[in-house]
Amino acid sequence: MEFRDYYKTLGVARDASADDIRKAYRKLARKYHPDVNTGAESEAKFKDVNEAYEVLKDPERRAAYDQLGQEPPSSGRYRPPPDWDGAYQFTGGEFPEGEVFSDFFENLFRRGERSGARMGAGRGTDSHARIEIDIEDAYRGATRILSLRAPVVGPTGEMRLEERNISVRIPKGVRAGQHIRLPGQGTPSFGEGPAGDLFLEVTFAPHPIYSADGRDLYVELPIAPWESALGQKVVMPTPGGKVDLKIPKNARSGQKLRLKGKGLPGTPPGDVYATLKIVNPRVSSDEARALFEKMAKTMPFDPRAGMGG
Amino acid sequence: MKKATVKPVIVEALSLQDLCQFCQADEAWVVELVEHGVLEPEGSNVQTWQFHGVSIARAKRARRLNRDLGINVAGVALVLELLEERDAMMKRLARLDQT
Repeated sequence: MEFRDYYKTLGVARDASADDIRKAYRKLARKYHPDVNTGAESEAKFKDVNEAYEVLKDPERRAAYDQLGQEPPSSGRYRPPPDWDGAYQFTGGEFPEGEVFSDFFENLFRRGERSGARMGAGRGTDSHARIEIDIEDAYRGATRILSLRAPVVGPTGEMRLEERNISVRIPKGVRAGQHIRLPGQGTPSFGEGPAGDLFLEVTFAPHPIYSADGRDLYVELPIAPWESALGQKVVMPTPGGKVDLKIPKNARSGQKLRLKGKGLPGTPPGDVYATLKIVNPRVSSDEARALFEKMAKTMPFDPRAGMGG
Repeated sequence: MKKATVKPVIVEALSLQDLCQFCQADEAWVVELVEHGVLEPEGSNVQTWQFHGVSIARAKRARRLNRDLGINVAGVALVLELLEERDAMMKRLARLDQT
């Protein structure tokens, strides 16, 4: 396992007061809280900060941690001194329920934590995680493999992290923000009780074409000037396949057209909204230039008429 | 590594008790969130309340903000509103950036 410098994580000196540690933690917790900061790294950073604080906020654990000394300069692998923690009787402060920290933490601080009375026949705790899927997966349903790390108690009572893969069937029609429940896939009970449930909060990965709002999907649909002027049938993509769309005569750029029931499935199914965007062709041939010149001559059109002046 | 296939279910609605278990909160706290308009359950009284998708996700977020940052209910209500506003704007911005 790798040594963790908890003081560095919180950005405090090794002799920082309990007050300074708490202040540093609060500041970083606000900065990296995954509900506030959606950046990809914030969740991991937040976890690191919490792990560091779990140890440094508790005088007993902090003293024990200080005994470990500093990171060995040579190797990446860290071994605690053989008799470490013998002198300290952990009174087993509360750890966040269901939270899994680094191997370093789990090995050194979680040892025996769930032994004895707390290991009764109770049900395991529920776990929460997030899953990012594509909009197409929500439309058709899909199967995803999910890697989970959960603490388990070994035969000699020590805690270790076990990785397991579960394959999750994404139910058709699931929306962003909804939860999927996987019964019995949460934290196992440390006694005879049943395991908790696993809840997955669904988010949609950014999509090059669609954006979702509930079951409705929004698409920006580029059309040619003559398609908008004359009103023509165009072919546009939807998650269910290509569909014909009738552009009304004299359609405006920014106009929204609704394709009923072509959004994510459900009762009722969502709609697809196409926002029209008129795109001009690049004029490169003499013929094309002549056509535009003809339009300029024959069509009395001032797009800036409404601007006054 | 164990591998298992499980039948997943979409969580459509939760009762007050289920929601409390879901986000490890007590009933009084959830009731307070309802009183602040953060959660909008269906049903006329506490016993028949049903919490749906948006409220479930919000309750979870609210609980985490409360637990991790020590924000009280009024503060959580404000933070959630601002965050949702921000998310909506980010979405709009992403849509505009495509053009």
